[in-house]
Amino acid sequence: MKINGVQKTYADNISVSELLKQEGYLREQVAVELNEEIVSKDAYDTSLLKDSDVVEVVSFMGGGSR
Amino acid sequence: MKDERQKLVNHMEYMEGMEQIDSDIMEKVINARDNYQAEAYTAQDVRRAIEHDKRTIEDFAALLSPAADVFLEEIAGKAKKETERHFGNSVYMFTPIYISNYCENYCIYCGFNCRNQIRRMKLKKTEIEKEMAAIAGTGLEEILILTGESRAQSDVSYIGEACKIARSYFRMVGLEVYPMNTEEYAYLQSCGADYVTVFQETYDSDCYETLHLSGHKRIFPYRFHAQERALRGGMRGVAFAALLGLADFSRDAFATGLHAYYIQRKYPHAEISFSCPRLRPVKTMTESFRGARKEELMGGKEVSERELMKIMCAYRLFMPYAGITVSTRERAEFRNHVIGVAATKISAGVSTGIGSHSEEVKRQGDNQFEIADERNVSQVFQAIKEQGLQPVMNDYVYV
Amino acid sequence: MKQDIFMLGGQQFQSRFILGSGKYNVNLIQAAVENAKAQIITLAVRRANSSGEANILNFIPEGVTLLPNTSGARTAEEAVRIAKLSRELGCGDFVKVEIMRDSKYLLPDNQETVRATEWLAKEGFIVLPYMYPDLNTARDLVNAGAAAVMPLAAPIGSNKGLATREFIQILIDEIDLPIIVDAGIGRPSQACEVMEMGAAAVMANTAIATAGNIPQMASAFRRAIEAGRKAYLSGLGRVREKGGEASSPLTGFLRD
Repeated sequence: MKINGVQKTYADNISVSELLKQEGYLREQVAVELNEEIVSKDAYDTSLLKDSDVVEVVSFMGGGSR
Repeated sequence: MKDERQKLVNHMEYMEGMEQIDSDIMEKVINARDNYQAEAYTAQDVRRAIEHDKRTIEDFAALLSPAADVFLEEIAGKAKKETERHFGNSVYMFTPIYISNYCENYCIYCGFNCRNQIRRMKLKKTEIEKEMAAIAGTGLEEILILTGESRAQSDVSYIGEACKIARSYFRMVGLEVYPMNTEEYAYLQSCGADYVTVFQETYDSDCYETLHLSGHKRIFPYRFHAQERALRGGMRGVAFAALLGLADFSRDAFATGLHAYYIQRKYPHAEISFSCPRLRPVKTMTESFRGARKEELMGGKEVSERELMKIMCAYRLFMPYAGITVSTRERAEFRNHVIGVAATKISAGVSTGIGSHSEEVKRQGDNQFEIADERNVSQVFQAIKEQGLQPVMNDYVYV
Repeated sequence: MKQDIFMLGGQQFQSRFILGSGKYNVNLIQAAVENAKAQIITLAVRRANSSGEANILNFIPEGVTLLPNTSGARTAEEAVRIAKLSRELGCGDFVKVEIMRDSKYLLPDNQETVRATEWLAKEGFIVLPYMYPDLNTARDLVNAGAAAVMPLAAPIGSNKGLATREFIQILIDEIDLPIIVDAGIGRPSQACEVMEMGAAAVMANTAIATAGNIPQMASAFRRAIEAGRKAYLSGLGRVREKGGEASSPLTGFLRD
């Protein structure tokens, strides 16, 4: 599956929360998009991923356009 | 009188068939008028208003206050600069044509009111054509079509026919007729009219109630929202006026300016103009109005030329891009001097009666009011030139 | 004197200085916010780092309202997507719409901005669109449901000051929403001037982030913005016009 633009291999049916843990993200600091749909925080445990999925993990950063 | 008044309809309630639109402008204008304390403004406030590049509502209020009286010359100087900045030396010419003087309203100050025994008349299509041909022959290219306010005698299709005839003789056609619904304005726009003038008469709704005793004109809010409906109907421009002297004229001028201001903000494409009529005697004014009742019925006092000048300059400074028309109710010398300073439009060859432009129209209807400037088109044209200004018949490309 | 409250999106603020958070070390954010007395700070939404980099939220003092921006968006769709992610991050409904299709000058795309504003306003966001100061666009933004309009003073990051002065003044005069001048303000004096003109607030980032002493410059901007606001509220005094007035009377003809 693709995570923040990088192709990675995980077992099928891994949950979003497990993925975040393995990737080193803190769930309270990020928002997650699965195939361009937002995954709400209370669905992290129940949302299961498959190999064709595209996942974006975002957080706040300093800055704007320049 | 008391008993009669109890039978009168509520002037704030719409009659059947009157379109209601969603707008908060009336509330804003009425509130501002009610809260306007002209005496509270000082010379400092007026000075600031004069010096500002752009004037706020507060500046406008100051310019209309008694504190502005001693600054009139200075205010006129500023007004002249603004007029030059926005209009150059152009002065537009037009004439009104009254096509019908039937009226269904009982407005106690008006010569056309339905209880007045005057010669009533309505021009036939052929007569409208003759009248307009005679007017066009003077060189004018802009005409303002007026009727008494009678839907029965001058219905929308009758006015529409007049507009169509007018479009074949003139390049710009304005309307000063009874307020109507959006789709009726749209129809008249399709017939060739593109400017709508509605005088609110007074923005004091209590005073309005005492002056407009019966007829559809009694309904204050329907009249108030006419300009908005006209613009929604596709009209290019709208004109505003209070009949100065009916009620407290400073407050009425303040409300007139704000009405125009809020319409301009809501409909930025609209062309805005002001008319500045002072209440004048009418030939057959009802006795009740001429006599003792006048003081009782009217909250206003007579408006002097100085005060009229002050009001016109205040309009100019508050909305420098707005057109201002000077009425034939004023004498020639006043009109000659106010153009270029505050006014940008002047009528010529005026009659407020029916059928008086063409010698071929034999029937005549009585006047709405007496005019003070009887000069014909070429005399006014010449007077404009003598002021160093340029008479303009029309500068609008009709598309 | 009545307290001067800045109402934005139904919330009250005392400060009229919106601080950007880009181009400087997160360690300096707290000092900058405190010296700016800013109550609103803008943030970008980006792909998260998993390397355990310090979370910027930990450096922003309590009580400061976060204003996520949609920087990086090139279309209304992308802006909406970023805005929704920012809301998911749990920091309220404010969003600053920034849409650029131009990577050289980074000028905002007004059409896409109107589209995104309408969309986001319908989704319940408090939308602050960053725009090129055009009156027609500003009116469209009002109709689209914007909570304020944020015209640029000069190209973003340029520190060139009030290059669009005349057009910003028109927006201030004609638009019934707060006008927050954003981008290009390079000096405190320029921030002061735009407040004198009647802007509701100023947003600045680069001018502070690239200063020699960031907290001190934040403080200088804060004072300039306060001074300009005070001058605006006081009503600027007279400016004498050059030359004399015409002497022939314009009102001599009046009777009575």
